[in-house]
Amino acid sequence: MAEIKNILFAGVGGQGIILASKILAAGLINAGYDVKMSEVHGMAQRGGSVTTQVRYGEKVYSPIIGKGQADLLVSFESMEAMRWLDYINPKGKVVVNDHELWSAPILMGSADYPEGILEAIRERAETVVIKAGEIAAELGNPRTMNVVLVGTLIKAMGLEGLDWETVIRDTVKPQFVEINLKALKAGMDQVKG
Amino acid sequence: MKTFMTGNEAVARGAFEAGVVYASAYPGTPSTEILENTAQYPEIISEWAPNEKVALEAVLGASIAGGRALAAMKHVGVNVAADPLMTISYTGVTGGLVLISADDPGCHSSQNEQDNRILAKFAKIACIEPSDSQECLDYMKAAYEISEQFDVAVMMRMTTRVCHSKSLVEVGERVEKDLIPYVKRPEKYIAAPAHAKKLHPVVEAKLVEMEKFSNETPLNRIEWADKKVGIVTSGVAYQYAKEVFGDNASYLKLGFTNPLPMDKIRDFASQVETLYVVEELEPFMEEQIKAAGIECIGKALIPNVGELNPDIIAKSLLGEVRPLLDIPQDKLVGRPPTLCAGCPHRGFFYALKKKKNVMVTGDIGCYTLGASEPLNTTDTVIDMGASISMGHGAQRVLDKAGKGMKVVSVIGDSTFFHSGITSLIDVVYNRGNTVNVILDNRITGMTGHQENPGTGYTLTGQKVKEIEIDKVVRALGVELVINVNPLDLDAVTKALDAALAYEGPSVIITRWPCVLKKFSPEDIKEFGEKKPVCYVVEEECRGCRLCNKTGCPAIVFDKTKKKSYIDPNACVGCEVCLQVCPFKAIKKAGE
Repeated sequence: MAEIKNILFAGVGGQGIILASKILAAGLINAGYDVKMSEVHGMAQRGGSVTTQVRYGEKVYSPIIGKGQADLLVSFESMEAMRWLDYINPKGKVVVNDHELWSAPILMGSADYPEGILEAIRERAETVVIKAGEIAAELGNPRTMNVVLVGTLIKAMGLEGLDWETVIRDTVKPQFVEINLKALKAGMDQVKG
Repeated sequence: MKTFMTGNEAVARGAFEAGVVYASAYPGTPSTEILENTAQYPEIISEWAPNEKVALEAVLGASIAGGRALAAMKHVGVNVAADPLMTISYTGVTGGLVLISADDPGCHSSQNEQDNRILAKFAKIACIEPSDSQECLDYMKAAYEISEQFDVAVMMRMTTRVCHSKSLVEVGERVEKDLIPYVKRPEKYIAAPAHAKKLHPVVEAKLVEMEKFSNETPLNRIEWADKKVGIVTSGVAYQYAKEVFGDNASYLKLGFTNPLPMDKIRDFASQVETLYVVEELEPFMEEQIKAAGIECIGKALIPNVGELNPDIIAKSLLGEVRPLLDIPQDKLVGRPPTLCAGCPHRGFFYALKKKKNVMVTGDIGCYTLGASEPLNTTDTVIDMGASISMGHGAQRVLDKAGKGMKVVSVIGDSTFFHSGITSLIDVVYNRGNTVNVILDNRITGMTGHQENPGTGYTLTGQKVKEIEIDKVVRALGVELVINVNPLDLDAVTKALDAALAYEGPSVIITRWPCVLKKFSPEDIKEFGEKKPVCYVVEEECRGCRLCNKTGCPAIVFDKTKKKSYIDPNACVGCEVCLQVCPFKAIKKAGE
């Protein structure tokens, strides 16, 4: 337990990454870990790139993850995974949502959304690509996309043994508990083994 | 049972437990959530003030009346509050007074990265620096004891990472404090010259007493481990240093940093081989330690620019660099912040951009983005309220030289109440000649939707009389006042034409709610419910991309088809693009 683990969430404002990182942090705290979590407010929320960081272990000091230090990068958007790739350690893993959100220069036609991002990430690190939006939609609620991704990262980090059901029950409204539990499981099923 | 809290939440909890009865603030990242959280405790009267100077003065009044009081602001807010602050050091306090300075190393959402520990020293008040959320709570309680023990204001200096990172906190119970009975004390609270001269030596004596306290308090603690390296550190820099050195160094962890515990530092230094000072931003501790004749290494190796992190410490002091994955730059496009789809500022800036030979002085808020692609309209942004006063000075000089260039000053509603009113008085009083635009989006947008004097609601949601900007500017003597819907491009253009042609000070008020705002009943009555979205009729679109030039993130240009599309999930039906399209290819849903 002495070793500190580092998980970096990346995405775009409005994708639900803060709720996702809160779910992760709550599960880890219930399991007895020391946890620190960081987020940046302000300008970053106006359609900009957004990250949150979760660190856990027996005793965590720094609330922020350094470059080359993350054990897992979970990105809610494809290009954002590339933007933050140098934060993972070369043995780290990437969970990436196969989902494009065009930034302002691309929307205006002054740049193209880069092709081959997912391949380029796979060439560099152990990567799980999932279509979390589609999975969530098939389950009946596209808004659970973020919880699908939490499920995938939980499995990728080997944390599936913790009590996630309690966390979901504590976090979401009663009428959304079942769908979110399904989303979490569907996310876990994306990782083999 | 521990609670997972941000530093800001823990500060509010600490204020609650310490028996604080009054709190005032002006919103500013990273400090905003402190008052939003004190407002959750009915025991604390929590208020938004129009600016930080007013907040600190209100808090001083509460203290003099005998209650424990809290002022919270971002680092640049303390500049605004510097006038009362510099004299509070002379008068001291009655009920404990804590000023939160939330500094922003790295300029995550600020115009500079000043280190306000220097202001605490300059003001001759106590300074404490928590390094995580538990310390935020504990130090608040300690701060009120220190404030009342030494009759001094206490600055609690936080930084973005302390404010906005979450860690586990053991919470306690509130201890109610009886109001300290009021006694008239003119020699203490009337800072007239005769009293001030006598108060200054008192301040110096307090500093001597506080330094003794600094040497003894457990807020300044030594953690002995390997003595080859000793590290003096404070705030979140302590967490970073622990992360890097672990047990391979000893630490003098300073929670109370003004005045510094110089005897303790000297004793610590004498027991280690090499002494490092690890601090974020300025060499605040290092310079004082060196001036005391103690050898140490700090900013010679660790930069005083930008946000500190463990990697910078590891590289600077140990030469350690982690291997990194490369990022192929052709696989990356920037993601700059933009005005939201349907933002009422867009229509105004789009119309303003068409005006030639104008200088645009801007201000602090979301509308700073009027300076970015593709609107590229604003020429200057310095500080709260500066748009109007800077614009006036610029217009004066341009007019004197007969340049024929007009200045348009652009400011938001909350920023106008903060510092724009006095600037507008300057313009009117001195018979200025600028066009002053107040972008009234019915909320303080940038910091995450706080009420302000113009919204008709208080921090706690109480309905109050709205201070009407139109009436304010007319009362100041502005004769040309035009109210306009910023989403109506023709109306904005006409308003700008009229104001630009006018000799004398003019005001244009654009009034439309922030697109992210939860409408109040009054908003719904005035602005209506949701509007139908817009769409592009594909065969009518000629691919001229004028709609893209509004910078709306709901509009996508398809390069292969050479046509624009509107994302129906992002569009809010503001109709700015519809007015811009020269081929009438954009229509309203249902038409």
